[in-house]
Amino acid sequence: MSVLLAVDMPYWLQTILRVLGGTVAVLLPAGTIVYVFLFKMMSFMQSRLGPMEAGPYGAFQLFAEVGKWLQKEDLYPDRADKFIFKIAPIVVLTSTFLLVAVVPFGPDAWFTNFEAGVFYALAVSSVSVLGILIAGWASANKYSLLGGLRAAGQLIAYELPMVLAVIGVVIQAGSMNFQEIVVAQNAGEIFGWNGIGNPYILTQMVGFIIFMIAVQAELTQTPFDMPIAESELVSGYMTEYSGFRFLMFFIGEFATAGVFSLIAAALFLGGWGIPFAWFGWDSMDSVDNWMNIVGPLIMFTKMMVLSGIIMWVRFSYPRFREDQLQKFAWKVLIPVSLLNIMATAILKVAF
Amino acid sequence: MTMLGDRQQLAYIASQAADARVNVELETEGMTLNIGPQHPATHGTLRIICRLDGEQVVWAEPSCGYMHRGYEKLTEVRTFPQVTALVNRIDWLGSFANEVPFILAAEKLMGIEAPPRAQVIRTILFELSRIANVGLFLGDLGVQLGAVTPVFLAFRDREYVLNLIESATGGRFHPNFDRIGGLKDDLPAGWIEETRAVMKKLQGFCDQMEDLLFGNEIFLARTKGIGIIPRDVAMQYGLSGANLRASGIDHDLRRDTSLPMAWNKADWKVWTHTDGDAFARCWVRLQETRESCKIVEQLLDVIPSGPIMTKVPKIIKVPEGEAWVATENPLGEMGYYVVSKGDLGPFRVKIRSASFNNMSVTPWLLKGVYVPDVITILASLYFILGDLDR
Repeated sequence: MSVLLAVDMPYWLQTILRVLGGTVAVLLPAGTIVYVFLFKMMSFMQSRLGPMEAGPYGAFQLFAEVGKWLQKEDLYPDRADKFIFKIAPIVVLTSTFLLVAVVPFGPDAWFTNFEAGVFYALAVSSVSVLGILIAGWASANKYSLLGGLRAAGQLIAYELPMVLAVIGVVIQAGSMNFQEIVVAQNAGEIFGWNGIGNPYILTQMVGFIIFMIAVQAELTQTPFDMPIAESELVSGYMTEYSGFRFLMFFIGEFATAGVFSLIAAALFLGGWGIPFAWFGWDSMDSVDNWMNIVGPLIMFTKMMVLSGIIMWVRFSYPRFREDQLQKFAWKVLIPVSLLNIMATAILKVAF
Repeated sequence: MTMLGDRQQLAYIASQAADARVNVELETEGMTLNIGPQHPATHGTLRIICRLDGEQVVWAEPSCGYMHRGYEKLTEVRTFPQVTALVNRIDWLGSFANEVPFILAAEKLMGIEAPPRAQVIRTILFELSRIANVGLFLGDLGVQLGAVTPVFLAFRDREYVLNLIESATGGRFHPNFDRIGGLKDDLPAGWIEETRAVMKKLQGFCDQMEDLLFGNEIFLARTKGIGIIPRDVAMQYGLSGANLRASGIDHDLRRDTSLPMAWNKADWKVWTHTDGDAFARCWVRLQETRESCKIVEQLLDVIPSGPIMTKVPKIIKVPEGEAWVATENPLGEMGYYVVSKGDLGPFRVKIRSASFNNMSVTPWLLKGVYVPDVITILASLYFILGDLDR
């Protein structure tokens, strides 16, 4: 069934390949999102051109920016808790790398095929909260402190609707394994018609919307960006960071957007698969090998669509106040997602 | 009468001490947050000292003067025609409007009046600078509330107005175009048609802003009911401009005073709002921008022919006397109290700028609000640092 597994690679080579692949899977979406959406789409929305000088249509602007950040001095405040201050961005970025480990990109193109993948993904996504909280605390800055506390409150509040939104998918697929969820969507059928499989965005529309809102809050993107809030808290928990460490926060922000889009694509949009009926496949074992090449491209396309929506919302909305945000999470999102779980469970038993 | 035994008494004291210790430990310490002088929300160098309890402001005081440039004193060592070059730097977004009240005061002292053509063109330029000023406010409002896009639209459409001002006066930001007894130059050819086209664009800009911001649920949630200034408080603190009209007081110097300007030649409306909250202030400003466009459009049709300058001596000496002239500037009521001793320059000038009085309400207004609302309230009160500190 698989070329990749047929080659008998030593363990160290597999590990190196996985680390390299993971780095690409995190940094490539991040770079693409920054260029396509942050530099270009935002500029066009604001009736300007965006970067045009570095490379064709400013395509190498990000490399120039990274070069600039790497040259900057590694500053830290005098009264900062230096060790904590220095590791905070690494903690944030680590959570992104941990997150991408369970995302499947093809029938065999995965980093780990973990049984409780969904559970794991939701668990490690909270690690970034810790990084943000310690960044806010260690900066010895009042704005950073306020930003870090806001971030902690917000991320904890939005963790819950995200988990609850995903439970609907888990119930419907009957598995917590990302591969099985993807297969269940592509091999599925809608009332006997298997032309497009059964992407869960159709049956779990409510869950999808709640998941995307929660992702928006989890990423601290604009309607929910009080932890950063340029006009209030200067830059929130990132205020004191410069140079390389700021770059890590910056990459972490957009890489996490990409990875969450990948997860949403796997959970709701059918992941790497194309409807199995098109090629007469019926299960995982009969999927052709070329899906290992096409799968990542399909995932990338879906990631771009979803992160495009995230960024689109980010560039067009004002931000909530944090009490309004908490109200929205606890009074709207959580009840609705609980109802969604109930409906899914009842329908699952009924059919 | 029951006596406590020794053991009981000791236990009682110990429990009291424990309670006291817990109270001391749990008593959260307030935090003083300096918003500014370097802060994105302060449009420059305003400092607001806030005592915070968590995210709630328990006490706030603005500390201004970081940008004080001493214009009142500087005018005393300038001649009358030179003063306009100084005072149009007070409110730098609507600078032509700063020159007008001073020139009117000087004309009042000299007993002359600009010819009708100059009066109408003055009024048009005055309203254009109001649009340039308040148009930017509408965009900046979005930034303060976290929406990054509106400000770029505001800058784009404001550019048309600045181009008009530049083509007429030669200066984009600091025209220095008003003269005692008239204006420096006549309008360039084709300016009137161009202005008509731009006014259409700006009406579209106002509609766009209304769609983009004023219909947005998050914007409404962030501004409605925030920073309410009741009618009597607004009057006590001497607010002016849109801040006053948003509290339900129908007061507009353009309509209520009879200055040698051309506002009465146009048909327009003074908008008021009854709520007095941040939304009302923003909404009144949006409507005022529309009214300004209307005023300009109507005045373009009624520009009379004639000279642009009345007869004034080459060396202007203003006769002895005192004069107070105030106009409804983009930020509110702006007035100059000019004392002349019959010299080349003024003996003393007192500048009443709107932002200073508008800011004076903040200690009252910021008490008990949350930190994000501080930004909303400051944005909706709309001050320009140059106007605040002079």
